[in-house]
Amino acid sequence: MNAIRTALREFWGLFVDDGSLALFVVVLIALVTAAVKEAGLPPLWGGAALVVGCVALLVESLYRAARGKR
Amino acid sequence: MIGLTTTASTVIASFLASFVEVVEAFTIILAVGLSQSWRAAFTGTALALALLAVLVGVFGPLLALVPIALLQYVVGVLLILFGIRWLRKAILRAAGHIALHDEEKAFAAETDALQRRAREQRADFLAGLAAFKAVLLEGVEVVFIVIAVGAGHGLLGYASLGAAAACLIVIALGLVLHRPLARVPENTLKFVVGLMLTSFGIFWTGEGLGAAWPGADLAILAILAILAVVSLLAVRILRGAAAAKLEVSPR
Repeated sequence: MNAIRTALREFWGLFVDDGSLALFVVVLIALVTAAVKEAGLPPLWGGAALVVGCVALLVESLYRAARGKR
Repeated sequence: MIGLTTTASTVIASFLASFVEVVEAFTIILAVGLSQSWRAAFTGTALALALLAVLVGVFGPLLALVPIALLQYVVGVLLILFGIRWLRKAILRAAGHIALHDEEKAFAAETDALQRRAREQRADFLAGLAAFKAVLLEGVEVVFIVIAVGAGHGLLGYASLGAAAACLIVIALGLVLHRPLARVPENTLKFVVGLMLTSFGIFWTGEGLGAAWPGADLAILAILAILAVVSLLAVRILRGAAAAKLEVSPR
């Protein structure tokens, strides 16, 4: 049981380091997907939103990490 | 038709990412071999590789059953999460906000831990377990990277080739040097890999949504360039902030 828990924690750690960053990325992708599939946003605009959104979220996470160290 | 850009970037991404992971696993295997026994090191490694082969054998064929658009979307999302995590850490390390990963230090810590347990009856078993765990954990990452960068465009063979080349080079270097590969510029590699994986992830998630990227596969390079410029700027700004902080408080 312990080994399974460790394995799951390690697997989780592959994708999640800063929990907020991972959560915001998932929310961004969900919003873009909904906008493309449900609201008729052109898929290319969705792709562009992903580029801009991921860059913004990365910068926000770095800013938070740098501030947290102060 | 798969372009040269996609094929080359798949092989390079798979090679570089696998190289970093294999170096980390190699450090632990070496520590086990030198401080405990080579038998334990090789047994743990072989068992982990066998388990990885079973996992790939069981789950690999299932990939063929998933529609390509769905596969690109799911793999794309996972790649963004995986890549952006590497990129964030590499930027913070390059800017001096967190410590660099040090293979010599990791080797010394593992050797120390193994030597403290050397008198225990189960010392060989524990050493073998350490090698098994290291190879399995890093191996799972390599398998994920190969699938993630290869499956979206049916380039699993090329991605595997990149990973296999990384394994062979690390093993060859290890056999020659017989010490941890501490001079590998690990953070630079992680920086580049983080950029590549995040770019692949955004590209494939977009393709999974039906986006026809301008320039087709070349769009990967454009996304990579945007991410690279922002990341390098971030390193510069964060470095400046750290230096300014040192000047204000010399302690």
